[in-house]
Amino acid sequence: MSKLPDLINRHEQEIHAEWLRQMSGAVRRADLMSDEEIRRQSLELLAAIANGAKSGEITNLDGAAWARVREILQSISASRAKLGFTPGETATFVLSLKQPVFSLLRQQLAATPEAMFDEIWKATQLLDKLALITLDAFMETREKFIARQQEELMELSTPVVKLWDGILALPIIGTLDSARTQVVMESLLQAVVQTNSRFAIIDITGVPTVDTLVAQHLLKTITAARLMGAECIISGVRPQIAQTIVHLGIDLAGVVTKAKLADAFALALQRTGKSVIDNDSGNTRKTLLRKEKE
Amino acid sequence: MERIPILRMGQFLLVTIQVDMHDRLAIQLQDDLTQKISEWGSRGVLIDISTLEIVDSFIGRMLANIAAMARVLDAETVVVGMQPAVAITLVELGMALTGVRTALNVETGMELLYELRGDFHSEMGG
Amino acid sequence: MISVKQETVPIANSSDVVVARQKVRQWATEMKFTLVDQTKLVTAASELARNALDHGKGGHMVIEKVENSSKSGLKLVFEDRGPGIADVEAALRDGFTTGGGMGLGLGGSKRLVNDFHIDSQPGKGTRITVVRWK
Repeated sequence: MSKLPDLINRHEQEIHAEWLRQMSGAVRRADLMSDEEIRRQSLELLAAIANGAKSGEITNLDGAAWARVREILQSISASRAKLGFTPGETATFVLSLKQPVFSLLRQQLAATPEAMFDEIWKATQLLDKLALITLDAFMETREKFIARQQEELMELSTPVVKLWDGILALPIIGTLDSARTQVVMESLLQAVVQTNSRFAIIDITGVPTVDTLVAQHLLKTITAARLMGAECIISGVRPQIAQTIVHLGIDLAGVVTKAKLADAFALALQRTGKSVIDNDSGNTRKTLLRKEKE
Repeated sequence: MERIPILRMGQFLLVTIQVDMHDRLAIQLQDDLTQKISEWGSRGVLIDISTLEIVDSFIGRMLANIAAMARVLDAETVVVGMQPAVAITLVELGMALTGVRTALNVETGMELLYELRGDFHSEMGG
Repeated sequence: MISVKQETVPIANSSDVVVARQKVRQWATEMKFTLVDQTKLVTAASELARNALDHGKGGHMVIEKVENSSKSGLKLVFEDRGPGIADVEAALRDGFTTGGGMGLGLGGSKRLVNDFHIDSQPGKGTRITVVRWK
């Protein structure tokens, strides 16, 4: 049976004091965390470790006895990730506990070098595991944060703009993959309902390539809008895109496509029974609109 | 047995689907509609699904069937008010309902019906 | 996956299909799925429940909340004692259609969920397991 649990529990305060004393400036990061906060965190962690060790199990940390320690490590690394600590600094915080523990072991077991070596080994294993748990938690927090940022970015990069009563424009910038298509569909359809729009102009000037997959995603969006009673016009079709569409044999299912957003807008205006009047001459700009009728 | 009420508005019929329909009810609606179109010589049907939160392939087929049968009886069908989540789901399911006309709401739906079939102005009950 | 709790819904007639939808809706709402995700899951449940009824001659659905290391989700298992599906691949294949037979329900439902698994043999009934993660 390892002497470690017993030793840690009996000398908890000593270990804590030594731990704080030994903690280097780099690990403390006084610019990010106050001394009081560090003192509190280390006290809490050490108490939980001592408690976990009381169970006698110090190699397998997955059990209930170590649940509190895992929780604390999780929250320590999550909060430090948010504050701007590096993963290294956060793991070192836990690893620096080795020094006071080893000092204690050397002191207590000086007479039995074999036992001392054995306990030091056990202590190293324990603290290494704790440090790894901390690192994993840190990475998880970072990844969740990045995922959320990506989501926000996706939403921001598909703004839906109201051009006129009943006419919306949706400029898509960047590639249209299946994840993005979901976001695009949701934004567009919500806007259709909120603004009571009959027309949605999807501008793909900013979409670098249109292959069969992208065309499928576009068609999904268009079909969904149509099911709700809104008609889509695709604009911003560059010459190369037009060529690709024909070469790939993509069938856009009767959707009207225009090279320019302005043309799409003019078409939508006409379809909603509007016309544009030139104030100076009093002439109604019907020329462009009339062409559409043909 | 409960049935979905069909309202007569002049030359058109208006149906509002508000309940979570079980299959028998859906089939009953199909039957009732074709019967009424025939009986009243209706020229159009407006189906309001704005409160329907789920449209699965069975209901989707029902709508397509109604539109097709009505057309045979010389009536146009417009389905209005599909909710965004429902539209997204139907598309994912693979139902495009191409044979069914759609509109945003009852108002625009009626406008569309008049555009399509209201070539003579008749009063209610005409 | 660790299951946390579950509920069984019998599927013996068309009213049961409606009940199945409502139960899945209840669970999905409780788990705070987004509206679109809820709609997709409830619709898939409707398709699969109807499938168990029409082609499987009846059976049941089990709803279960599940969790894996990073997320939680809802698992639905549809079991029937019907004739089984001889060609699962063909049953899952479908295209964009305005209506169709069994193929549309199964293939379409697959796209509405994250995990989809069919266990079926002629004469041995069918079990379809689907999961939607939050």
